Amino acid sequence: MSDDFSEFLDVFFEECAEGLDVMESGLLALDGGTPDGEAINTIFRAAHSIKGGAATFDFPRLADFTHTVEALLDRMRDGRRAVTRDAVDLLLAAVDALRGMVAASRAGEPLDEARAADLKRDLEAAMDAPAASAAGETAAPTPAVQDGAEPATGWRIRFVPAEEMLARGNDPLHILRALEELGRLEVRTDGAGLPALDALDTTRCHLGFDLTLHGTVSEVQVREVFAWVDGECELHVAPLDPAAASPPAAVGRDEPEPHAAHDPTTDPEAPVDTTATAEPPAAVPSAAPPALVPAPRAGPAVASAAAKPQAAPAPTGGGEAGSIRVGIEKVDGLINLVGELVITQSMLSSIAEGANGVDLEKLRDGVAQLVRNTRELQEMAMQIRMLPIATSFNRFPRLVRDLGARLGKQVELRIEGGGTELDKTVLEKIGDPLVHLVRNSMDHGIERPEQRRAAGKPDIGVLTLAARHEGGNIVIEVGDDGAGLDTARILAKARERGLVGVDEDLTEAQVHDLVFRAGFSTAEQVSDVSGRGVGMDVVRRNIQELGGAVTVTSAAGTGSTFTIRLPLTLAILDGQLVRVGAQIYILSLLSVVESVQVKPGLVSRVAGHTEVFALRGRYIPVVRLHRLFGIDADSARLEDGLLVVVEAAGRRVALFIDELLGQQQVVIKSLESNYRHVQGLSGATILGDGRVALILDVPRLIQRELAAGRGAALAAVDPAA
Amino acid sequence: MARVLAVDDSPSMRRMVSFTLRNAGHEVIEACDGEEAYELAAREQVELVLTDINMPRMDGVTLIAKLRALPQYRHTPILTLTTESGEAKKNEGRAAGATGWIVKPFHPEKLTEVVARLVG
Repeated sequence: MSDDFSEFLDVFFEECAEGLDVMESGLLALDGGTPDGEAINTIFRAAHSIKGGAATFDFPRLADFTHTVEALLDRMRDGRRAVTRDAVDLLLAAVDALRGMVAASRAGEPLDEARAADLKRDLEAAMDAPAASAAGETAAPTPAVQDGAEPATGWRIRFVPAEEMLARGNDPLHILRALEELGRLEVRTDGAGLPALDALDTTRCHLGFDLTLHGTVSEVQVREVFAWVDGECELHVAPLDPAAASPPAAVGRDEPEPHAAHDPTTDPEAPVDTTATAEPPAAVPSAAPPALVPAPRAGPAVASAAAKPQAAPAPTGGGEAGSIRVGIEKVDGLINLVGELVITQSMLSSIAEGANGVDLEKLRDGVAQLVRNTRELQEMAMQIRMLPIATSFNRFPRLVRDLGARLGKQVELRIEGGGTELDKTVLEKIGDPLVHLVRNSMDHGIERPEQRRAAGKPDIGVLTLAARHEGGNIVIEVGDDGAGLDTARILAKARERGLVGVDEDLTEAQVHDLVFRAGFSTAEQVSDVSGRGVGMDVVRRNIQELGGAVTVTSAAGTGSTFTIRLPLTLAILDGQLVRVGAQIYILSLLSVVESVQVKPGLVSRVAGHTEVFALRGRYIPVVRLHRLFGIDADSARLEDGLLVVVEAAGRRVALFIDELLGQQQVVIKSLESNYRHVQGLSGATILGDGRVALILDVPRLIQRELAAGRGAALAAVDPAA
Repeated sequence: MARVLAVDDSPSMRRMVSFTLRNAGHEVIEACDGEEAYELAAREQVELVLTDINMPRMDGVTLIAKLRALPQYRHTPILTLTTESGEAKKNEGRAAGATGWIVKPFHPEKLTEVVARLVG
């Protein structure tokens, strides 16, 4: 049961996250034009669901805050409150606050009460008729409940259903059953209203009831039973022992009017307040949570939130990464394939059982089929982890809007290819680099309106986020129609910092690539938007860690485009197998440029130890893998083996190996989780023959080598030296 | 034990209702909005309908009115799941023909009790 409940909670939290996304994108859409009713309604519904869930799953503060948000939305919906930019801003801030509250609730941490209280005040102020009605709603019922709450030893009840009461599915029998649950019930039927048999309509109710209920029951409890038929029956409730009922309550209710049931002092909510039957009203707030959720389940989350924020209970933990929503067709496909596989397997088993020469051919066919099925199954299983990149893109409308306002720039965001799918792990890790690139484009790329006008461009800049598949990779582009990279300034700066030699000639593309170098920033002044110490070098490194690459193309005056190329998944790699001594290593095929056999004369040493070799006029450092990993190679002489030139971020090294083996797709196994992190390795895999092969982390190897050998000096070395 | 149709656009709420009622021995069919619920209910008879009010495509009030127009649902108990602020909606639901309402947050035992009373 407790597991079931935490499962509900997980669903609830996911729903909250989705609802908040709906609210945010809905609010952003409201921003521009005239609001349409359905748009506000959608936002309202999302808020409403969060509120309902929060109350049900016992997050009263979350429910309360959402209630205020909902109330403002309600006013916007029916036109009592205009949809202004300020109101939208406020609601967006409320969405952010709710996100924080949801995250804190999920982690079992305390909520940011001060922020919530501030926002709540603002939200209430934003309603045209503040607080008054809201206060009335909650304050009024209390005295009313107390009014009828005093129990009597029994009640005399006259109940005459209106004829059409049955039409709503209410049966007097249901009501009698409910009364029986309260105490001993005597029923006398009054058939005075019965028509003649030929006039009897079975869809109408013709009977009246005189009831006597024995038991210590309050009037509220009795009236609660009749709440659903309020106004559809004649109802009189009087205490059996008149002394037990408070005099003012007795007066009005003895009046033989059909309106007696409409007693305005009776709280309309009371009948359905589940605690009213069991507890005196004063205990309602404290009684509600345990009543709703049996103590052992809700208890820990609530209690620990107050007492020990760090010791959050495990069941709801695990964070957002723990689960994934996938399209049903993916799961169907997977189930289907597993079925196929089972069939193939049973076919193979039966052939193997009575195997003879004739069956060999069948066996071969069977194995071929098994291979096919397995591959498809694997692809399908990978599919399940694939999510559309829109889940990452969706945060940008908000970011662009907020940032544009802060920078005084007008920017239109265009999103293309949001449906392009990629692995959830890659998706999660690509978020930050993308944010950085978008910020960078808004800060340095797109100009202010007046500058744009002067350049003959429209005031509103265009920022494009586009994704597409390209041969086993996903390509993401962040483009702007801004000023473009300033080649002269970048070069000047690079020279100033010694990144580029004074007389060194670089192509324009090489100059542009310098923006990815560590410690490089061309911003005239450090703004609070992008120049916060995190440079483009970090973006490049993050993307490389995902096995991808980032490049930039730019044209002065027309804008820049940053292009990210990533593998679709981190679970499978197109690998090049290489052998060093008895070991097999795997290189990502994407990183391999070429492999060459070296002539002794082409290799030279720099600074006494770093070997470099000249390849078509370019000097490339050599990394001896056998030395790096401390193993024996067939030969230590470079000319006996092969040099594999690998590249990352536009820089190359040559790996010295004994032999080039085949290429194949390998499934990446984490070294961290199976062993521990090892420098220079990004993982391992198991080969077809059961051997373990290590996967080389090429970007890190290159980085390490260039850092150690200060590769910048290489350019000056003469190959003959 | 009865066959109950639970209608809510929030999966957590739907699961909570289903879980509670299934534990009490009822059979529960779920629908995520009025339109789906109407199709299901028209196809197979249920003995009780529990519906949310605010839903996309077709809201609870419309669903109730449409179900009441079907001869086989003229007297079937239909309850709305509503929030404490939904006074107007509560009445709207009743005007459309709802039997009664259950307030969110609901008490699982209370829900079981109410359902038992209506379909027992």
